[in-house]
This record gives sequence, C-alpha cells and structure tokens, in this order.
Amino acid sequence: MTLTLDAPRIVQTRALLQVSNVSKTYGPVKALQNVSAHAYPGEVLGIVGESGSGKSTLLRMMNLEETPDQGSYTLDLPDVQGNLFDLDRFARRMLCATRIGIVYQNPHLGLLMKHSSSGNVAERLLVAGERSFAVLRQKATEALDASEFPLERLDAPPAELSGGMQQRVQLAKAIALEPALLLLDEPTTGLDVSVQALVLDTLKRLQQDRKITMVIVSHDLGVIRTLADRVMVMRRGEVVETGLADQIFQDPQHAYTQQLVHAKL
Amino acid sequence: MSLTTLTKPWEAMSYGFLDGSAKRELRRKTLKSVAVPGCQMPYASREVPMARGWGTGGLQVSLTLVNPKTRVKVIDQGADDSVNAASIRRFIARVAGTPTTMDTLEADLIQSRHRIPEEILREDQILVLQVPNPEPLRPVQPNMSIARQMHADADYGRMWLQLYEQIVRSGRVMQGASYPSLVHGRHVMTPSPIPRWDVPKLNMSKHLTILSAGREKRIFAVPPYTRVEPLVFSDVPYKVEEHGHLTCYRSGTKGFFMNEIPQDDGTSTFEVSDSEWGVKAIRKGAGEPVTTGETWYKNGEMPE
Ligand SMILES: Nc1ncnc2c1ncn2[C@@H]1O[C@H](COP(=O)(O)OP(=O)(O)OP(=O)(O)O)[C@@H](O)[C@H]1O
Ligand SMILES: [Mg+2]
Repeated sequence: MTLTLDAPRIVQTRALLQVSNVSKTYGPVKALQNVSAHAYPGEVLGIVGESGSGKSTLLRMMNLEETPDQGSYTLDLPDVQGNLFDLDRFARRMLCATRIGIVYQNPHLGLLMKHSSSGNVAERLLVAGERSFAVLRQKATEALDASEFPLERLDAPPAELSGGMQQRVQLAKAIALEPALLLLDEPTTGLDVSVQALVLDTLKRLQQDRKITMVIVSHDLGVIRTLADRVMVMRRGEVVETGLADQIFQDPQHAYTQQLVHAKL
Repeated sequence: MSLTTLTKPWEAMSYGFLDGSAKRELRRKTLKSVAVPGCQMPYASREVPMARGWGTGGLQVSLTLVNPKTRVKVIDQGADDSVNAASIRRFIARVAGTPTTMDTLEADLIQSRHRIPEEILREDQILVLQVPNPEPLRPVQPNMSIARQMHADADYGRMWLQLYEQIVRSGRVMQGASYPSLVHGRHVMTPSPIPRWDVPKLNMSKHLTILSAGREKRIFAVPPYTRVEPLVFSDVPYKVEEHGHLTCYRSGTKGFFMNEIPQDDGTSTFEVSDSEWGVKAIRKGAGEPVTTGETWYKNGEMPE
C-alpha cells in the first residue's frame, strides 16, 4: 500500500493512528483476527460490516478500554510514544481523557443518565483539571451548542432526553476538549432521518473546521459515504477490504463488499 | 502445637476491654494512616458492647490509645451530657480506669461525633472522630473496588461534578456536613459529618485527628500541621454556616456554631452547640473563676 495512492490529499504525512495485527478472542468468539487499520491526520476512516463483525470491539481498543491478545497501537502525537497497549491504567486514562473522544453505540456507556447534560460534558473538562465553575459552564455550553444540542435543555438529565439528544450530549462531551482523535460508534443509529441529517452535518462541520481525525463505525453505508475519506470493510473479525471511499463504493473488489454495496444501492 | 500453647492464660478482662492483638493491629493501622494522611486503611473492627453505627470505630481507637492517666472527654453533637456521650465516657473510664473531663483544655483525648470543640486543640491532644461513611467517593462511584482505584489515581473529577450538579440544581453548593476535603494535597477524605463550620479547624491544626468507622472498618488520619482543603471551584468560595452573628440564648456567647431550636411562633432561638463552651460562659458570667482557651473562630470569623 503506497501513500500516494492511499491518501492523495495528504501525501507527505505519517498516519496519526496505527493499529497493527490486533487479535482478540472472547472464549470461543474470535472478535478480531489480525486486524490492522490506520488513519491520517484530519482524515475520516469509516468502518462498515455486519453485526458482530468486531467493529465496536476495535473501537473500544482504540479508546484503550480493552487490551487485545496480540497486536500494537500507536498514535503520532506529541508526548505519546510506543505501543499504547503497554501503558498502565493511569497513563491510559490520562491519554483518553485529554486526546481521545468517543461516542458510544449505547449512550448508557458514555453518559451519567441522572446528572445534568451540561454536567456530563463538564466532567470531561474536570478530568482534565479545569476547576472554575464559570469556565466549565461556558465550555460545556459551547460544546453542546456546537453539537446542535437545544440549549434550553442544558441541565436536563440524559435520562429525560430522546436518543438523538443523548447522542448529541455524547458528541459534545467527546469534542469538549478538542480531541486529536474522535471515535464514533454508530452515532446516528436509531435516529430519525432529520435528526440523523443534523448529526451528520455537525460531524461534517467539525471535520472541516477543526480537522479532527475521526474513526466512524456504522452499518449504514449512507452515513459512511457522506463522511468517510477511506473505508474499511469488516466481516467476522477480519478486514476484507480497505480503500478510498469512492473506490469502495464504485468499484468494490471483494465479493462481500460488492454484496454490501449493491444491497444498499 | 496445640491451642493451649498458643493462647495466653485466661484473664478476667484485658486492660481497655480490647485484647492485646486487637490493640496492636489498631495501633499499626493508625500509624499507617498517619503516615499516609487522608488515606483509608482497612482494619479488623472488633466487637464492643455497643451497636455498630453508635461510635464503635471511635471507641476502639480510644480504647487503644488510653492509659490510666489519659484524661478523656467524649462529646456527641458538641454535647458532653448526651446519653451516648455519657455512656461511652463511662465505659472507657470503667474498663481503662481513666480520669474523665468535660473541659476541652484539660482533655488528653477527645472522642467526638459530628463536632470539633470551639477551643483550639494543642499538640498534646488527640481528637478521635466517629465516622459513619468513610468513603467520599461513594455517592459518585458505588463500586468500592473502582473507588479505591480512583483514590490511587487521584481521580477526583467526579467530586467536583457533584458540586457542579448542586450549583446547577440549587444555585449553590448544598453539601452541608461531611464536606469532602483534600488532605495533604493528595487524598480526598470525608471529615465525618462535622458541619462546614468545623472543617477549617482541621487545616494545619496542631493536634492529631484520627477518624475511624467501626461498621465500615476503615481508619484514616489528619496528622498535626497537615493541609486540609475543602473541595471548591476556583470561582465559588467555600462558605461556612452563617452562625457568626448568632447569640446563644442561654449563655449569651456569640459567634460560634449554634443548635437551632424552633419555637412555637415559627421563629427560632439558638443555643451554642459546644455545650462545655456554653457552660464556661455561664460560669464566667456568674463571676466564677474559669479558664477559657483561645478559640478557632474570633468574632464569628475564622482568621486566615
Ligand atoms: N466483552 C465481550 N465479551 C464477550 N464477547 C464479546 C465482548 N465484546 C464483544 N464480544 C463479541 O465479539 C463479537 C464482536 O462484537 P462487536 O460488538 O465488536 O460487534 P459489532 O461489529 O460492533 O456489531 P454491531 O454492528 O451489532 O454493533 C461479537 O460476537 C460479540 O458477541
Ligand atoms: Mg457495535
């Protein structure tokens, strides 16, 4: 795989994220088998694949919540070195708290349901050491606003919000600290089409304005097509095909990808 | 090896009620907790003839520390004469032969529930606080294993989140008693359910404070001259209860922590919570010779 073919817009750069040969088994389930993935700075990597193909598992690894049986993970960031799977709990927590944002498939994993929405966002800033109430409030409001969250519900607990609003609180939390890497696990699933469009617009704008590197998982090819620069197709814990988004959608090589793309069209 | 060779000869009772090995363990754990200020040390809480939750943790520490010359004072919500304080005081005196006192200045060891006396404690005095819930993280992290990891990582962001939520919901910090405080810049502890009024007394104090939870089997300490800082936002200052301007209706003393006594007509009168301080004021007023110590609060304010 050469750089020029792979990422024509950013020829000279090194990958920001590099996951190499990662495998993970849960009892009899081979959730990931020898998976490698990378994303260049400012790029959106889309991951598609059927249910149970290991997409969420891979994302959890990128968020250092889980350690694989084998494989390595590097991020090309200042002060970040070596295989991140070797970091201890404390170093992982600090890295994730300050550099990586994540939106979970299940909002219950990412949010404190009974705290206020603004508090959920503020928590992220608190972990990074912010101790001024006024600054917390302002930054939380800004992040929620940037995520198209209706500000009159600022202090409503997520438990009282719709699924779409919960996803936007998660998104606000993830971007509150301007992360270097944004991980999105089915950010639009379960949302109606208009809300979905709103969230997609937000993500697009974030990507254009802030040049945040993103990894987005979805089984909705439309979402991937709208956002992703490059696409990785997974099946049963393995990568079946990787390529530029246009290439994957117009000229899929692997039989499974062809099936997927044509089923959609 | 048999049980008879391993055990000591039978005695009617150990000095200070607890047996030697129990006291040895408690001393060891107390030393540890002094060495790591504010860090909770687990210990094997023993049975004492009192129900858990009534100060068994504090009692075990007191029984471990006393000798026949230790002058013991016991207070409950500031009062020496409440049933619980009187029972504990009498029990310690009975099983350890210690002299007792109500005067804060005379006491070598003060066991207390919910208050710190108003007169400044000295280097040669020890304060033992009874603790119902030793874990300040419990409201934000019910899983105690994770809470321990959070202490290890000094991962205290959620404590501020709790304060944030209170301000958002009520417009101010609602936490009254048990105000979480950072000890020696490292561990967050609960100072036991003392009012906010009393927390600044722990900061850089001359005396040793030992906090012990009998039911939860945890002991922790604030050694002399140790920083104790209530958790606050940088732009929302810590506030103590507004008692500085109140006057005790019995003793006339003013500028100390008060008990509120609701009246039939809907108003309230106030009575100084540190009962012995009130007694001293009354005696002084009657012309009796009484020695009063310097107080932490002066004119209802804590000097910087
Ligand atoms: N913690 C776990 N314990 C046991 N098995 C797990 C665990 N996490 C994932 N698995 C298994 O690993 C496989 C991959 O799961 P994963 O959640 O990554 O799939 P996915 O691609 O995200 O699916 P979906 O599209 O439904 O979200 C599944 O078979 C799942 O049952
Ligand atoms: Mg998933």
